[in-house]
Amino acid sequence: MLLNLLFNLRNQGLKVGSGEWLAFLRGLELGLAESLDQLYYLARTVLVHTEAHYDAFDVAFKATFDGVELPAPLKDELSTWLANARQLEEGRVGHHDFDSLEAMRKELEKRLAEQKERHDGGNHWVGTGGTSPFGNSGKADQGIRIGGEGGGRTAVAVAGERRWAGYRTDVQLDVRDFKVALSMLRRFGREGAEHLDIEGTIDKTAKNAGEIELDIKRERINRVRLVLLMDTGGSMEPNAALVSRLFTAAKQLKTFKTFEAWHFHNCPYQWLYSDYRTFQRKPTAQVLDDLTAQHRVVWVGDASMAPWELFQGAGWGEPGPTGLQWLQRFSQRCPSSIWLNPDPERYWDHPTVRAIGATVPMFPLTVDGLRRGMQRLRVAS
Amino acid sequence: MSSFQGSARYIADDGLLADVNAAVVLGRPLLVKGEPGTGKTVLAAAVAESLGMSAATWSIKSTTKAVEGLYTYDVVQRLNDARFGEGDVRDIRRYIRYGVLGKAFVAPERTVVLIDEIDKADLEFPNDLLRELDEMAFHIPELDETVRAVHRPVVIITSNAEKELPDAFLRRCVFHYIAFPDRERMKKIVDVHLPGLPEKLLEAAFSRFYGLRRLEGLRKRPSTSELLDWLTVLVRAGIPPEDVMAKFPFPGVLLKQEADLDVAKIRR
Repeated sequence: MLLNLLFNLRNQGLKVGSGEWLAFLRGLELGLAESLDQLYYLARTVLVHTEAHYDAFDVAFKATFDGVELPAPLKDELSTWLANARQLEEGRVGHHDFDSLEAMRKELEKRLAEQKERHDGGNHWVGTGGTSPFGNSGKADQGIRIGGEGGGRTAVAVAGERRWAGYRTDVQLDVRDFKVALSMLRRFGREGAEHLDIEGTIDKTAKNAGEIELDIKRERINRVRLVLLMDTGGSMEPNAALVSRLFTAAKQLKTFKTFEAWHFHNCPYQWLYSDYRTFQRKPTAQVLDDLTAQHRVVWVGDASMAPWELFQGAGWGEPGPTGLQWLQRFSQRCPSSIWLNPDPERYWDHPTVRAIGATVPMFPLTVDGLRRGMQRLRVAS
Repeated sequence: MSSFQGSARYIADDGLLADVNAAVVLGRPLLVKGEPGTGKTVLAAAVAESLGMSAATWSIKSTTKAVEGLYTYDVVQRLNDARFGEGDVRDIRRYIRYGVLGKAFVAPERTVVLIDEIDKADLEFPNDLLRELDEMAFHIPELDETVRAVHRPVVIITSNAEKELPDAFLRRCVFHYIAFPDRERMKKIVDVHLPGLPEKLLEAAFSRFYGLRRLEGLRKRPSTSELLDWLTVLVRAGIPPEDVMAKFPFPGVLLKQEADLDVAKIRR
């Protein structure tokens, strides 16, 4: 049963480490979960580390415990289990030779994983009656029984309410989320104005037996230069608010050495627009010229368009490189590039999305996606 | 071991109680996140009061270093003493001063330590505390001594999520997110701070308050402390409940930014 919870959590994409799982088991051992409600809170507090995963936890918890009969209070269950464990540790029960609680726990997990069906009265499987060290005597009919009445509102019902759905980071994004993710992009170098570090000077002087030793430092400056290129209009219209929040966040953050933003439609061609409404524009080749390998390039767009717009068109019927060629030029010049796609990943199976994804690593425009993207930008330099 | 039940002035829900107790029993630090004004910082004091322990706060700033919470070695004092011949400068121990965590480790009784706003510190800060919080022990190279916690202190860490905390750090904590209180719980909270407010006024104020919080595009949503201030002002000024809804008096108490006031006006 508990192992099912672990698997369900994994299915929901929550990576539970062995350290946390052991802490959870230890919590059970110490009597922190005497009812299913308490089990819910214990598991959540130990196994989940961000409110963004609360909802996924609820889903996993409900999947594990929904429809499970809850006759015996969990407390009895665990104390029986632990009493057995203690006896075993002291060697009072002869016919199951576990040399430690740990060994018994492992065996329990193994059997739970193997057991497929109901077992009564046996001596091996987890079940009722019988002589197996695991399970419940009499009332239970499968696995370690988790019981819990109390208050009428069971943890499963609470989990079923999905109260935390609004906190999922793979769904909701505001300016602040963007800022937190973007602020991962920092690479400090001491290249600002010089100033006397008083603390450092005192420290050095003291260590130098009182001979004055000046400590002069340069200010720490974030060396990252950020370029944001955004697809605007057309199929991107529904995402306009999201993209503008990303833009606002990048602009407000002010931690980058330089920040510039450009607009294009579908794909970059000869011109990039600093403002679409007033048609202020600059030749793409010039923008490209100003970029260095130190620039981090972030593309935002749904990357889906008619194939000819990417592979043939040079934009508005003018001669010149195709959209894909422009993208390749950018990627060659700035190896640290990512593409953020506001469309959910299930829509990415599209020829132009695949082609662009092969040129620039693509991530979904969610907090998680953005975070992964930023990590990519951080290492790729 | 007695367990945390909330206190007369601190209203906690079941989830928070359970998570605090898990932290206390497991001896793991409790990381608390939540919107401003949900009572993260005062939690530690409430826990200490409820469990009959003493509490100490380590307020984190952007310049705070992890080692400062453990101990500092006062080199300057030692140098000064050496120059002016005061005291025994050979005994380095005299110049080692324990920080908040260090004191909690050597305390003869279990105490509560609040590490407030850990996300204010440098990105590496949490990593520098990993081992110390895990083993509840630290090494002082100057003395070549290891200080081990006599009793694992109850460590409560608050974060406003300004920076991401490293995974390795998160794995060693138990976590609780304080949801913004719903009307029912807010009523209890208000009752603790401003007892005996007329029902009608509360209803009207809550409707206005929660309505504001639902508005899209606010830069800073009003929180509990602003609501309490606002209620105090409303009572002092003797505003009748009808006017609270109809006129929205003293909006500046709830909304602190010019732009937010505009948003509230337009979308009213």
